[in-house]
Amino acid sequence: MVAYLIRRLINAVVTLLVVTLVTFGVFFLVPKATGSDPALLYIGKQADPIAVEGIRTKLGLNDPIIVQYWKFLKGIVAGRDYSNGPDITHCSAPCLGYTFKTNQEVWPILIHALPITISLAIGAAVIWVLMGVLFGVISALRRGTIWDRTVMTIALAGVSLPIYFTGLLALSIFVYGLGWLPNADYTPFFDNPAKWFTGLLMPWVTLAFLFAATYARLTRANMLETLGEDYIRTARAKGLKERTVIGKHGLRSGLTPLVTVFGLDLGALLGGAILTEAVFNLRGLGYWALNGIRTNDLPTILGVTLFAAFFIVIMNLIVDLLYGVIDPRVRLG
Amino acid sequence: MSISSSIGANQRPFLEVKDLTIRFETDDGIVQAVSGSSFTLEKGETLGIVGESGSGKSVTSLGVLGLHRTRSNAKVTGEIWLDDEELITAADEKVRLLRGGKMAMIFQDPLSAMHPYFTVGSQIVEAYRVHHPGTNKKVARERAIDMLARVGIPQPERRFNDYAHQFSGGMRQRAMIAMALVNDPQLLIADEPTTALDVTVQAQILDLIRDLQEEFGSAVIMITHDLGVVAELADEVLVMYGGKIIEKGPALDVFQNPQHPYTWGLLGSMPRLDRDVRERLTPVKGTPPSLINLPDGCAFHPRCPYAGRNGNRSFTDVPLLRDAGLGGEHLVACHLPPEERTKIFQQEVLPNL
Repeated sequence: MVAYLIRRLINAVVTLLVVTLVTFGVFFLVPKATGSDPALLYIGKQADPIAVEGIRTKLGLNDPIIVQYWKFLKGIVAGRDYSNGPDITHCSAPCLGYTFKTNQEVWPILIHALPITISLAIGAAVIWVLMGVLFGVISALRRGTIWDRTVMTIALAGVSLPIYFTGLLALSIFVYGLGWLPNADYTPFFDNPAKWFTGLLMPWVTLAFLFAATYARLTRANMLETLGEDYIRTARAKGLKERTVIGKHGLRSGLTPLVTVFGLDLGALLGGAILTEAVFNLRGLGYWALNGIRTNDLPTILGVTLFAAFFIVIMNLIVDLLYGVIDPRVRLG
Repeated sequence: MSISSSIGANQRPFLEVKDLTIRFETDDGIVQAVSGSSFTLEKGETLGIVGESGSGKSVTSLGVLGLHRTRSNAKVTGEIWLDDEELITAADEKVRLLRGGKMAMIFQDPLSAMHPYFTVGSQIVEAYRVHHPGTNKKVARERAIDMLARVGIPQPERRFNDYAHQFSGGMRQRAMIAMALVNDPQLLIADEPTTALDVTVQAQILDLIRDLQEEFGSAVIMITHDLGVVAELADEVLVMYGGKIIEKGPALDVFQNPQHPYTWGLLGSMPRLDRDVRERLTPVKGTPPSLINLPDGCAFHPRCPYAGRNGNRSFTDVPLLRDAGLGGEHLVACHLPPEERTKIFQQEVLPNL
């Protein structure tokens, strides 16, 4: 088990290395190939050639790509110094570099954005799992009835309607129309839990609607499959109450496959819910990702990508470990 | 009326199934899974139900257990009397309490019939506690371990905590039997209990069922397509085809003097070690009928080599299950006149068996 864990952790690190390599390659090689210059992005197009050359030296853009990559990695682990003669800027570990536009350190920006994204993702996750499973089970048990059809139609709408539609609709109804909720805003949980909750409720529900729809469909399909299994017939033949048959024997195997999907979805969301954060103007990782893309800010994009990859890899690992617990047929090792 | 009902009350067999009909309404049409089945069974006796896949044998047994109640598209009519209680009209809750208690079932493939995520022990404990509410876990656990030992599982305390996939096929079926027997059922239905097992294990499992039956005095319904199993265990045999009982009688009579051409076919397709090796076994030609669209007249006529020997009745009239004319309890649903049946059997069929 310990050996397995160590192997998986090494695996995770290697995966992250590959991700950095690929993103780094894409973001620093492509400008080279297309003839655009990262130094110009940093300093502005009308800059003095001497200043541009200074920036090049400072950012190490004249070094071979391998050396640049190595310095980037070293910066994450040990921090790095950007120097241009006497002008030395120290960026302490973990260093993801400076934003091109505002010359801020990327790491602190992302770390400050992280609680917003985590709050958004986890709150939405709770809602979508509860709703998705509840409606999925109802739909499976009432298969073919008006209940099933209603739930599945709403689910279809949920899957098809984009966030920027449902989000804006929710805003216009609940904030501007009925005035039930304050405009979406992030207040740190420990400052004021009630405000944290009301400020995030609408983004949660909007985001959860999209996922709950998928989960309802998945749950329905899994439950229908499970309820057709022989062991469900056995459970009934034992004389168990229908509630136990469904609630214990059915859900236990019907929901197990959801763990995989949930882990990946949550991992992906922790890397930033770009559309939701944009619609509700929450400055989480997704906001910075969008901002980075809009302003061609390579270090920010690189940083957000790394964060996202990190969460996916970690959630994947957690899901795999969890399977060793929830499915007795899976042996880790 | 009053006379017959008082006689009925005194003499009703332990299990009496009368005119049981089970239909499923599906998108493709109505599936006539079982039509007009009647049979009886006393405690300590074994009834064998034989037939091809889709002949209605499993559906019959699931109907006795009331397992169609949860399926909204199933229509069940007729009467099922178990120990003087009618089950078809009984409340769901009442049948649920009998299920797994007074009547229990052993299923065909124990790997899929046991829950993969719960330990074998906990599944047996669960079965026990449903019917013994208020029993504490320790007592139930001891009972389960006791049952595992009883069905011949070595180291039952240790195996209690194992999952179904950690058992071998034979052990798994034993565990399944332990689960079915944990509440001392008086009616045990075994639905092809040995089909998924290899031959040596099959014999052990059949011995086990027989021993346990002697010990508990239960009535057993043995559903199988393996005539060898029936010959081994059953006191009485039902042969089913297309959802109907087409031959019924004491096991010995049905084997030694089968009356229905389909039964001849079944016997002819059985490998025999005690006879000379023939080039080929004789299968029953054709395929089982669709239960949605049964052939007119005798459902077997498209496959019957003797159809039409008695005018056109095979093609138009459904044969009724009647006294085969041999004395005793032997019944058959066939249009052939008894003398001709006997002649054909003696001259054409028997030499080839």
